[in-house]
Amino acid sequence: MTEEMKHPLSDYLRMDRLPHIWCAGCGLGIILHSYVEAIQELSMDLDKIVTISGIGCAGRASGYVNTDAFHTTHGRALPFATGISISRPDLKTVVISGDGDLFAIGGNHLIHAARRNVDMLVICSNNFNYGMTGAQYGPTTPLNTRTPTSPYGSIENPFNLVALVASSGATMVSRWTVYHVYHLKNAIKKGLQKKGFSFIEVISPCTTGFGRLNKQTPIEMMRQLRDNTKIMKVHPTEATIDPSTEIIIGDFVDVRKPTYGEILRELEAKAR
Amino acid sequence: MADRVLTGTRFVHGDWACAEGAISAGCGYYAAYPITPATEIAERIAQRFPVLGGKFIQFEDEIGAIASVIGASFSGLKAMTATSGPGVSLMLENIGLAVMTEAPCVIVNVMRGGPSTGQPTMGAQGDVMQCRWGMHGDVETIALAPQSVQEMYDLTVEAFNLSEAYRTPVFLLSDANIGHLYERLTIPREEELTLVDRKRPTLPPSEYLPYRADESLVPPMASFGDGYRFYSTGLTHDEKGYPDMSVETQDKLVRRLCDKIRRNTDKITRVEALMTDDCEVLVVAYGIAARSAATAVKQARERGLKAGLLRLVSLWPFPDKLLEKRAEDAKAVIVAEMNYGQLVREVERAVKPKPVRFLPKLGENPHTPGEILEAIRRIDA
Repeated sequence: MTEEMKHPLSDYLRMDRLPHIWCAGCGLGIILHSYVEAIQELSMDLDKIVTISGIGCAGRASGYVNTDAFHTTHGRALPFATGISISRPDLKTVVISGDGDLFAIGGNHLIHAARRNVDMLVICSNNFNYGMTGAQYGPTTPLNTRTPTSPYGSIENPFNLVALVASSGATMVSRWTVYHVYHLKNAIKKGLQKKGFSFIEVISPCTTGFGRLNKQTPIEMMRQLRDNTKIMKVHPTEATIDPSTEIIIGDFVDVRKPTYGEILRELEAKAR
Repeated sequence: MADRVLTGTRFVHGDWACAEGAISAGCGYYAAYPITPATEIAERIAQRFPVLGGKFIQFEDEIGAIASVIGASFSGLKAMTATSGPGVSLMLENIGLAVMTEAPCVIVNVMRGGPSTGQPTMGAQGDVMQCRWGMHGDVETIALAPQSVQEMYDLTVEAFNLSEAYRTPVFLLSDANIGHLYERLTIPREEELTLVDRKRPTLPPSEYLPYRADESLVPPMASFGDGYRFYSTGLTHDEKGYPDMSVETQDKLVRRLCDKIRRNTDKITRVEALMTDDCEVLVVAYGIAARSAATAVKQARERGLKAGLLRLVSLWPFPDKLLEKRAEDAKAVIVAEMNYGQLVREVERAVKPKPVRFLPKLGENPHTPGEILEAIRRIDA
């Protein structure tokens, strides 16, 4: 490949792993793109970033990024990342994973990582279902949604991810969509520079699963992200989320608290 | 700064000795969830680590603890967790991840009576097969079984060395009897310790393949932040570390992961033989049960019975050939373990068609020497 043909982000991706496995119309490619573009614009050293993911479609993201990266077990990206963040405070630890991975099977770790204020950035792709296994309902699926495991409509109330994470102690909490690429990239840039537990929920369409089963085309799903979203500065508990009517998006929380690592290092200094 | 290696002789309990063994071995990361009878290891570590710069964290559960241990291991630290059977049950999926991605780490299981919540404060040896076959898929593990407070220290150091040498999780299978036992412990001088560190890559990052191994079958290991920018996954992967679902890659990877341990069985195996040279009855035991067995064998000899003890210090990989050879001239083999029949199956397989008498023991107390002596006497009669 000649120099002028080189993709501007090729240094940031494992080009020998592409094309990726994601479906046409899936938002994960936009999330990945926003992530590496944020790294590029901040001129961050790729040797000093570790990208961790759990299992599922979003779990594959770590494998495409040209940083140290690890594809962990289902739900365990956060404790794995905690081990890194504590051991190597000089590195930026980033988790990219899905709503099912982070909030169902890994939900316990999420609230505790936020409570401890472990220094890491968590980018959570929320597609309202378990995409990789075939669009079953999950902890974010809106009430009454038909899925293969809720053929009569889901009878469970969904989590509001930003409200849960904020109340657990996260120091940065945002929600954007893959339609709002500039806002998303800026939030990731802020998260990459932030010290503390930072959480960005990214609403992302699962066209093959959720979309097909609920009779929405990929373009309709993207339009929904444009038309049903409202950018607001509200408390995360007021950031309502219902993909078919209204999704409040924005940067909701940005505060500075001592991180787990900072407190630990202070304790070490005293103990000595 | 406090001393890392607390050279000297003390009267301490087994869990304390384990914690100091870890510190002596250079452990820099410890994550755990409180559980009887292993909690005292965490308590000792929590006291000592801040002074030494080691990272201690108490997790929300055992699953998180072991996941973070693997993360710390890939961050370049020697890392461990300690728990008991129920905790290991929760950890198994991620121990499989450590096997698959070749993360050196130490898992201490201070065994208690099971199944389920069982007898939390009471010793048992019921998790021998759990650490061998608990994970899904084909795996080989390494497990060491201390019989004393001194060995809680010595074998913890050894467990770290083996985990670093073979890039694999290593189990220390203790039990409540030894974890809570007070005995004399002698910690050597720092320079007397033999410590092993994982092989690091010598190739530049552009040429480094994280899962390419030489004839040792153990690939050199880069750490996060070293500039190698490696990718690792629990999926079946090629030498680059990339997911590859082909039959050939699965076959090659699983064989290498198992063979790096199987082929080194002789090097990993540790046994202690007591009067086995001319023995007609060979007693096989490990951990706390081996102490009663040693007394029983000595008493048998005093009574003119030709008994010997083969104490297994390492349980996995199982030393089939060694067992077969040691049992060659014996009339029969006795296996005494604190469960309802676990390692005895391996012994039976190894010494076939030699008769094997099994002495089970359930609930807290190890066999008495008298019980084992009686079994020796019956075979001799």
